[in-house]
Amino acid sequence: MPRTAMVKIDPKDYKKDDLIKVNTVIMHPMDTGLVKDKESGKYIAANHITDVEVYYGDERITTMKLSGSVSANPFISFYVKATKTAPLKIIWKDNKGDVTEKVIDINVG
Amino acid sequence: MNRRELLKGAALAVSGLTFGSSLLSNVFAVELADAPPPKKPYEEALKEITGGKTVTDSDKVKLIAPEIAENGAVVPVTVEVELPIEQVKAIHILADKNHNARTMSVEFTPANGKAYISTRIRLAESMNVVAIAQLADGSFIKAQKPVKVTIGGCG
Repeated sequence: MPRTAMVKIDPKDYKKDDLIKVNTVIMHPMDTGLVKDKESGKYIAANHITDVEVYYGDERITTMKLSGSVSANPFISFYVKATKTAPLKIIWKDNKGDVTEKVIDINVG
Repeated sequence: MNRRELLKGAALAVSGLTFGSSLLSNVFAVELADAPPPKKPYEEALKEITGGKTVTDSDKVKLIAPEIAENGAVVPVTVEVELPIEQVKAIHILADKNHNARTMSVEFTPANGKAYISTRIRLAESMNVVAIAQLADGSFIKAQKPVKVTIGGCG
């Protein structure tokens, strides 16, 4: 089931070949697998984002690998160079096969 | 708005919240496991990244992390490599005393324009945060910073 995610770019006004900062956040518990459940005494199974992929048009521009050591509701920001008018697609995948996608448009006129 | 309306509104909002969270916990039911995931100490993580190559300290890697983190569950970390993006292949963030020391790896392409990553990580105790940059010529450079943690973040 897709999770809630947000993508915002900074600055909002940009020209061709400007560097844009992309701020992303996804609601995810990022369970490390190290926390014990109080009732059963067992461990709460690891459930965290493992892969984040960024596509600009057809090209995959950034690939990230995450472990459970990243905080809950992971916030990630990175840069993109606005070279063309194309959708910027961010895909989050977790270790249980959950996939969330978010698309924003980069428009350089 | 008078006081009575405000209180009513607040009560409604709170009941809405609890209803919402009970729904959420049903959707994302917690699974249990008998054992924690395997440990990955710092040396192993480092070897996985570099393949045994030497990593040299460099002031080209800018690592921004707090000196003292009150809450180890949310430690903001920013890494920037002050080299042209064509020369930087990837940035790796490691936390040397965490259960899984390898925290995050980011592979860049020239379309990024700048080798920069900012995120928030967990630290189980006071330890070094290490940022390793993998360069296009196959070499590795790093920067590290000790972070003091008052409350651990890995459970």
